[in-house]
Amino acid sequence: MIKFSKQQLKVPKLMRPVYLVTAGQSKFDRAIPDKRTEELCVDALTMAAEMLNLTPAELKQYIHTCYYGHFADHFGDQLLGEAVIHDRLGLDPLGNIGVKTGGATGGSTLWEAVKTVASGYSDCVLAMGWERMDEVPTDEGNFLISCAADKDWESPLGHIYTGYYAVMAQKYWQVFGKAEDSFRRTLAEISVKHHGYARFNPFAQGPMKITVDDVLKSPVVAYPLRALDACLMSVGAACAIICDEATAIKLTKNTKNKPLRIWVSAGSHTLRPADRRDMEIPLLPNETPDQYKNMEKEFPGSARYPGFTGFLGARMAAWYAYRMTGIVDPTKDLDVIELHDAFTISDVQTYEDIGLRPYGHGRDYVESGDCYHTNPKTGKPGKLPSNLSGGLIGCMHAVGATGIMQTFEIATHIWNRWAEMHGDEKLWKKFNRKKPADWTDLQVKGAKRALAISHAGVGSHVTATILMDPDHLLKKDA
Amino acid sequence: MSMFGQVYVKNNQYKIKGDFHHLTPCTPIRNADDGWKLMGVTNPREMTYMHSYGGEAIFFESLSQGKLMATKCENPKCESKGSIYQPFRIFCPDCLGKMAVMDMTKLAKEKATIHTFMVCERSGAFNILDKPIKFINIEFDGVCTILMSYLSKGDPEIGMRVVPIFQTLNPTYTILDLSWVPAGTKASALPQGFTF
Repeated sequence: MIKFSKQQLKVPKLMRPVYLVTAGQSKFDRAIPDKRTEELCVDALTMAAEMLNLTPAELKQYIHTCYYGHFADHFGDQLLGEAVIHDRLGLDPLGNIGVKTGGATGGSTLWEAVKTVASGYSDCVLAMGWERMDEVPTDEGNFLISCAADKDWESPLGHIYTGYYAVMAQKYWQVFGKAEDSFRRTLAEISVKHHGYARFNPFAQGPMKITVDDVLKSPVVAYPLRALDACLMSVGAACAIICDEATAIKLTKNTKNKPLRIWVSAGSHTLRPADRRDMEIPLLPNETPDQYKNMEKEFPGSARYPGFTGFLGARMAAWYAYRMTGIVDPTKDLDVIELHDAFTISDVQTYEDIGLRPYGHGRDYVESGDCYHTNPKTGKPGKLPSNLSGGLIGCMHAVGATGIMQTFEIATHIWNRWAEMHGDEKLWKKFNRKKPADWTDLQVKGAKRALAISHAGVGSHVTATILMDPDHLLKKDA
Repeated sequence: MSMFGQVYVKNNQYKIKGDFHHLTPCTPIRNADDGWKLMGVTNPREMTYMHSYGGEAIFFESLSQGKLMATKCENPKCESKGSIYQPFRIFCPDCLGKMAVMDMTKLAKEKATIHTFMVCERSGAFNILDKPIKFINIEFDGVCTILMSYLSKGDPEIGMRVVPIFQTLNPTYTILDLSWVPAGTKASALPQGFTF
């Protein structure tokens, strides 16, 4: 049984307000043979500078320290890749450090950058993430990814990470989905949604106009998960600039970017799902102690928590983040979110972990239409649109960049610059992609608060990044 | 003539024999759409690692002898005293005391059921299991964790009773030496090299 001490449940507090002032990203694709990684990072930093009407050289003048998120050295076959990028960005001799927490690397990189500004060590920090997953064929790529599981106890079992997720999918489907065909179709709907939104994103690698049946007919990878239930394997880079208040005001003066308050929290859980022990559910502000009393009766087989159906790391990241920022009901308090949809099933699991729906009822977030930009059932705006970028399934999963790409995406909504950053014909042409004739503006109107979840392994590390318009805070002293 | 790299330990030092890497030449990568201009090179490499099982070595050695070992916290001051762990872990996650090694083969033969499962149609490179691979997660009465392994016979179902089998003939000394079959499976039906 995991029990928390009072000290472990301290609500985190930043020592001074921290701001996101700009962000940028490269094109994402399965392979980018005509560019070195540093070229992708320069693309991302140049875009971040241009959003502030600055040249990269001008923006660099403000940067004091650098955090580099790059997960898999063995993919790029380059140790200390951070030093290569730092040098090529011309940022020597500033202090820099590499961050590696699997799929959550991007989120963790932001976590470190935010704490560095909050502590007063730096007034302006670069958080840059990338991944280079095209130097090996896909089956060897799957082998390299499986090395993030326990090398003695899990990886030899098929060398396929999808499999380690699929056992959770099976359990969730049977316990909470009650093995209903309708639940399986809801999972497929998530893939349709994310590939569909990717069609309106010039950065995205996996745009597709598909149906639920297309997903259900796609090849089985690890039953019940099929190829179209899974995220992409990608190449690309993304960056964000994190500042204190004075620098944020200076850098954004006369620009379209309003400085956004940023907080990042983190949680963790066992690398091997096999090591998960029973515990009581840590409750979020919108849950009550007696809420889960009859869960086993409602969903037979759900007695173990988190068992194989929840991500304790995500629950804890939300637990800290909501208390830190004053969020009570995320569906009401937030306007747009990006979740780590490594697989359709983990997207549903996360809805529950972060309190969008109670445990066991995650499917309702999709079935109600709340997760859409425009609710297909009502024709009205979705209550809390998610993954309008296309997410990991439709846009990319260039591991070290993913959490930062998500933050770029949610920030463009609050800056009211989504259409500009996704609809510009020049950008589509630059990436050699065709803008669809039915391109749709997915700007969430009036967005003031947003969340991004970055997630590693089968839940070993999870971060929650929260952005808020400083004039729309929920807690005065946050 | 090349020979697979082999290793033993003497005086707590690795003693190696044979080839641990093989040289293969790089080849150019060229652009078929642009006059076959140079884009990059291949970097072939074959290496052998030396990996220590440390305090878990007894677990892997025991599999080859038809035994499933677990660990138990016996620290009287630990709040998790008496907890049994499978996967075998060396230290108690709560008190960090070194745990006692115990043989749980009998318990596994009598009280193991499938907690969840999945059927894997694809694999990554270097996989040596036959596909589809039937991954199962096994829960045991009295054990606080849930082991991941694979089913060698039949089709998995949640709640199904399973029994362990061990690759005692030509063992690999890896986790693949442990597999499971539905309770009631006859010895004659076991995969080659495996015994109860």
